[in-house]
Amino acid sequence: MSSETLLEINKLKAGINGQAILKGIDLTVNAGEVHAIMGPNGSGKSTLAQVLVGREEYEVSEGKVTYQGKDLLDMSVEDRAREGVFLAFQYPVEIPGVNGTYFLRAAYNEQRKYRGEEELDAVDFLALVKEKMKVLELPPTLLQRPVNEGFSGGEKKRNEIFQMAVLEPTLAILDETDSGLDIDALKTVAEGVNKLKNSRNAQIVITHYQRLLNYIVPDFVHVLYDGKLIKSGGRELALELEERGYDWVVAEASSTAALAS
Amino acid sequence: MSETTEQAIHDAVNQDYKYGFVTDIDTDSIPPGLNEETIRTISGKKNEPEFLLEWRLKAYRHWLKMKEPTWPHVKYNPVNFQEIVYFSAPKSNKDGPKSLDEVDPKLLETYEKLGIPLHERARLAGVAVDAVFDSVSVGTTFKDQLAEQGILFCSFSEAVREHPELIRKYLGTVVPYTDNFYAALNSAVFSDGSFCFIPKGVRCPMDLSTYFRINAANTGQFERTLIVAEEGSSVSYLEGCTAPMRDENQLHAAVVELVALDRAEIKYSTVQNWYPGDEEGKGGIYNFVTKRGAARGYKSKISWTQVETGSAITWKYPSVLLQGDQSVGEFYSVALTNNYQQADTGTKMIHIGKDTRSTIISKGISAGKGQNSYRGLVRFMKGAENARNYSQCDSLLLGNKCGAHTFPYIEVKNPSAKVEHEATTSKIGEDQIFYCNQRGISTQDAVNMIVNGFCKEVFKKLPMEFAVEAQALLGVSLEGSVG
Ligand SMILES: Nc1ncnc2c1ncn2[C@@H]1O[C@H](COP(=O)(O)OP(=O)(O)OP(=O)(O)O)[C@@H](O)[C@H]1O
Ligand SMILES: [Mg+2]
Repeated sequence: MSSETLLEINKLKAGINGQAILKGIDLTVNAGEVHAIMGPNGSGKSTLAQVLVGREEYEVSEGKVTYQGKDLLDMSVEDRAREGVFLAFQYPVEIPGVNGTYFLRAAYNEQRKYRGEEELDAVDFLALVKEKMKVLELPPTLLQRPVNEGFSGGEKKRNEIFQMAVLEPTLAILDETDSGLDIDALKTVAEGVNKLKNSRNAQIVITHYQRLLNYIVPDFVHVLYDGKLIKSGGRELALELEERGYDWVVAEASSTAALAS
Repeated sequence: MSETTEQAIHDAVNQDYKYGFVTDIDTDSIPPGLNEETIRTISGKKNEPEFLLEWRLKAYRHWLKMKEPTWPHVKYNPVNFQEIVYFSAPKSNKDGPKSLDEVDPKLLETYEKLGIPLHERARLAGVAVDAVFDSVSVGTTFKDQLAEQGILFCSFSEAVREHPELIRKYLGTVVPYTDNFYAALNSAVFSDGSFCFIPKGVRCPMDLSTYFRINAANTGQFERTLIVAEEGSSVSYLEGCTAPMRDENQLHAAVVELVALDRAEIKYSTVQNWYPGDEEGKGGIYNFVTKRGAARGYKSKISWTQVETGSAITWKYPSVLLQGDQSVGEFYSVALTNNYQQADTGTKMIHIGKDTRSTIISKGISAGKGQNSYRGLVRFMKGAENARNYSQCDSLLLGNKCGAHTFPYIEVKNPSAKVEHEATTSKIGEDQIFYCNQRGISTQDAVNMIVNGFCKEVFKKLPMEFAVEAQALLGVSLEGSVG
């Protein structure tokens, strides 16, 4: 392996109320890589994302997740975030009454405190925000409003990526960030995401559409089906999926499984 | 909502009651029980003039004929009025200390612990304090400085002794003893409280404040506050309260009367933090209070701001009688109920004069098994030409076991009246907390942030030092909004 391993998921099984959703996931993500996860509705993509960031209603029944050499599943939700794991939510939540800039500064300073760095005051933080805002062409009024309150679907998604730009995570998971974005917004968001990419961080991009992958070019594409990663490939796999759907992958997977047994 | 989030929200809003200690001090108390003799004793202890004793007795006789109100949305065991001690005072204070230097050091220490230093060295800058301990006032700061401008600020008992004509002129003119059950009881047995008089044209140079402390067990606190602002004067008045933690409920039935003459302005702020009872709902203060202001004069203004976090039961409707033409009434309120706390609070705006305006902003927060009710009455009398009211009642629920209720009453007897009413209910759910957590913000901070954001409009109305206290009380950190 040439670069540092950021994330290693081993035989991960998880579910809710005794119902299995993730049925054994293995995935390794190295620094500098972009992984795309595709798969039909209900296959467990969001569940995987939520389990990685520590949503507690999902029970992990088996498996292990190592992040930067540490046991990720052992950490609190906040600490995972402070360690640089970021989730751009499929459905971002509205937080009434809490000013967007204030919220983001609180989040930013939590990270800094965690790393033993000094907190940024309002003036310096505002300068940082202005700079990031340019990159994402975010209307400044959005940040003066309560977090996500009354935002349009697309605005919410853009706000997620804006937060990502400010927080500069080491591992970013983007859950269907493209859905709900118009074509221009999609381009700006993708450009933003690309600018944040470097050799020390990684991105997991969950999407239904290969269109996004024209802009955010993945190193690997994985197919999640019924709680398992049944096929992995390069970015050409996304094109093939778009053309042919998932049936052939499923068929291929079950015949391999049959051969193996 | 999952167990753990419920727990985390619970922890976030449940901080230990910091003021639950008891001061060990000898007291001069009368035996529990209530009859005409009790009233004569209280009045005698204070060397009151005859008119006041007569007034008390009339109130008592009226009270005997009244029934406890049952309409508030609260549940509690009936109060046994014969078990209450109606007068309790720290012994050393029997004749009243001549100056603060003579106040028992134990009392000074108590107030210091409560964050209200009374002695010269450490006095709160820019705030004059009247400290009421159980039934009596133990001292008032900055009295002399205020007197230079003709401002009277002293305990109610002292006002009765020194300025009986003013007491006679204004007492009971805003809240008559016939007003309601608890007002009648208070009128009969009230022991002390604060009195402020701001003469014509004087803007009071500092905030005036009373700090109420219940210490003795089984004792009721029945204080009376009277504030009179003459023509063109203005004053900002603050009220704070705490009590020790005890398993028995204690009764606090106060009456506050405000009078504002032409162009006078009274701003009355309360941070109420009586002991709320424990997590199982045991103990705590019954806070049954009548607060009313008469905006009597032309262009007079009365503004109530309250942050209610304590008490087992709160039953309180600071009101404004808008008598003068173009008079203004305001009510800004944050009421938090947690565990088994119950609050039925709101306001009454009675528009009597022409072109009168009132504003009501009420924020109710319910957590645990708390029940929070807003009850508001806006009434436009026949002569209230072109009167206007704006009301906004917002409720925030933390968790699934609490409740919020809104009871707005509007009565319009003048067709030119304009009323606007808005109401919202929101909930801090698991999703919001998780979202904050995922950004590295702890649950405690997330709850604080949301609660603080919710209350912002009301906090802005509080004097600075009170706003800080109020935020600390709600367990919230200051939200310095950027940009
Ligand atoms: N909180 C929950 N309670 C009950 N079932 C759940 C819950 N979360 C997920 N599931 C179920 O788990 C399965 C996987 O859901 P998940 O949201 O992970 O799918 P997804 O791959 O993200 O789908 P989509 O493409 O529609 O976003 C679905 O059958 C879903 O109904
Ligand atoms: Mg999903």
